[in-house]
Amino acid sequence: MALPKRIIKETERLMAEPVPGITAVPHEENLRYFDVTVDGPSQSPYEGGTFKLELFLPDDYPMTPPKVRFLTKIYHPNIDRLGRICLDVLKSNWSPALQIRTILLSIQALLGAPNPDDPLANDVAQRWKEDQNAAIQTAREWTAQYAKV
Amino acid sequence: MDSDDEFHSGQSSDDFMIDDDSDTGLPEDDSDIDEVDIGFESQEKITKPGRKSYEVEFKVYSPQDIQSYQDKQIDEVSTILGQPPEITAILLRHMRWNKERLIEQYMDAQEQMLENVGLDQDIAGPPRIETKKNFMCDICCDDQPGLETFAMKCGHRFCVPCYKHYLSRKIKEEGEAARIRCPGEDCNRIVDSKSLDLLVATDLKERYQELLTRTYVDDKENLKWCPAPNCVYAVDCGVKQRDLLKIVPTVHCDCGHNFCFGCTLTDHQPAPCALVRKWLKKCEDDSETANWISANTKECPKCRSTIEKNGGCNHMTCRKCRHEFCWMCMGVWSEHGTSWYSCNRYEEKSGSDARDAQAKSRQSLERYLHYYNRYANHEQSAKLDKDIYIKTEKKMSQLQNSSGMSWIEVQFLEEASRALQQCRQTLKWTYAFAFYLARNNQTEIFEDNQKDLEMAVENLSEMFEKPVDQLAKLKVDMLDKTTYCNKRRVILLSDTADNLKAGKWEFNVELTG
Ligand SMILES: [Zn+2]
Ligand SMILES: [Zn+2]
Ligand SMILES: [Zn+2]
Ligand SMILES: [Zn+2]
Ligand SMILES: [Zn+2]
Ligand SMILES: [Zn+2]
Repeated sequence: MALPKRIIKETERLMAEPVPGITAVPHEENLRYFDVTVDGPSQSPYEGGTFKLELFLPDDYPMTPPKVRFLTKIYHPNIDRLGRICLDVLKSNWSPALQIRTILLSIQALLGAPNPDDPLANDVAQRWKEDQNAAIQTAREWTAQYAKV
Repeated sequence: MDSDDEFHSGQSSDDFMIDDDSDTGLPEDDSDIDEVDIGFESQEKITKPGRKSYEVEFKVYSPQDIQSYQDKQIDEVSTILGQPPEITAILLRHMRWNKERLIEQYMDAQEQMLENVGLDQDIAGPPRIETKKNFMCDICCDDQPGLETFAMKCGHRFCVPCYKHYLSRKIKEEGEAARIRCPGEDCNRIVDSKSLDLLVATDLKERYQELLTRTYVDDKENLKWCPAPNCVYAVDCGVKQRDLLKIVPTVHCDCGHNFCFGCTLTDHQPAPCALVRKWLKKCEDDSETANWISANTKECPKCRSTIEKNGGCNHMTCRKCRHEFCWMCMGVWSEHGTSWYSCNRYEEKSGSDARDAQAKSRQSLERYLHYYNRYANHEQSAKLDKDIYIKTEKKMSQLQNSSGMSWIEVQFLEEASRALQQCRQTLKWTYAFAFYLARNNQTEIFEDNQKDLEMAVENLSEMFEKPVDQLAKLKVDMLDKTTYCNKRRVILLSDTADNLKAGKWEFNVELTG
């Protein structure tokens, strides 16, 4: 199947004007599959870490949102053990006008602003609410252990 | 069955009656229903006086009824707001059919509200398809000159093929209708009906209308779709979620399906919804064991040859060694004597010799299996009774020619079959109920009622399985037994419902709504 114009344009732009702190490189043999890295935002427990993700554009993209998953282990209330992300724009608030670029920026923003009230990883969210300092400390340790290149 | 007034509990269940002032939008009297042909059955369904304590008031509606009530409510509000019906419809859907809140908010801030639902544009003029110079669609990146485009007042403009694709996906695959948003990023504008008319293909319009009707029912707490496959009726019932620990609201759809209005599962009286949820979860979790035990075949306790249960009755006779035993407890039938039905009660030791050693060693599992077996047995037996009825009915119609019996004259079998199904459905759930029941003064009465119903059912079931040529002679007896079964069921259900309502049952688990 020929790659839709939309995907070609998005990929070109990601290459030509990369977003600071984010990389997204399509696989040569499957241009709908991207290797992604996101740098942890400064002032967050993920600062200094570089997180690997995979991103896949389904057939019906952009009518349906891309599928994104963390590959690097991360301690975050909205990201579960399998790396799945709880983010409204990836679900009910997806709009076909959104792009890979905007989604990755939203994910980076989520690292800077965890939301334990809408959790995906319940144990993490619980801890986040009960003892935020300890949770942040764990997130920092995990960042140091798993996300340093 | 309806004339069993002697068993009708004197206690009133008015608390659960449909509140006539409720905002259903459905008319309170029948006069409006008469205009729509929904079959005379429905008229009967409108509850009669002398309702039993376990019965709730409800009405059955066809899609046409729902459509016309919806239209009626739209017209009414349309006059109050001074807005055309299409706009009123969007506003009502936006407010989830809460008419009072809509009128109030509309009066307070009319412009804001129209803006919120994306309706200010309708006032400005009808939506149009246009071509724009130097346009590139953000969805498909197409930028050919002459490309048809569309945008609502929010200005999020996309090419028409993308817009159409987006809408058809929403309608077809996501089942959205009343609240489809603009495809633009972060835009909350709702696609209004005029824009939809312009962009949605004709074949999708029907589906769209259907979905709109569905949302009407989905938005209202007092309306629910009948869950039977392909059934198009909805049921109106005033029982609220918070009442569900005190009442089990079984309703009867015109399609013949009996279901619980609280959880939409098939009728599960006398067990309340929360208990049913727990029980089903437990059965699912323990399904491996349960499957193993509930298998449709068992070994003869004497000669170990495999016996398949092929009728609803529990009195088994081994084909090979003629050993007679009880299917439920595997105990010797003669020992049951006339009290064989005592196997409804869980007794740690009784019949345990014949039961599996694995179960014996594990008390709690055994206790569960005791109730589960009886639960599953009645489920299974109900199916077998039905099969027998179908087979018998065929034979009876053949017999009609030879014996001179008329079709009307064989209807007693249909009645018996129906009673068996219904009573077994009830019995089945009494075992789930009993499993969670903590012992108190009421428990004994409950178990007695359960035992009496069980005995009545097994008696009828046994008779029901007699060879066809004997059935004609048994007609009077069978009719009596059918009546008796139904009576026992009414007694059991009334007692459990009264105590449930009065909060007199104690459960060994916490039930939460
Ligand atoms: Zn387009
Ligand atoms: Zn918009
Ligand atoms: Zn139905
Ligand atoms: Zn229920
Ligand atoms: Zn035998
Ligand atoms: Zn028995």
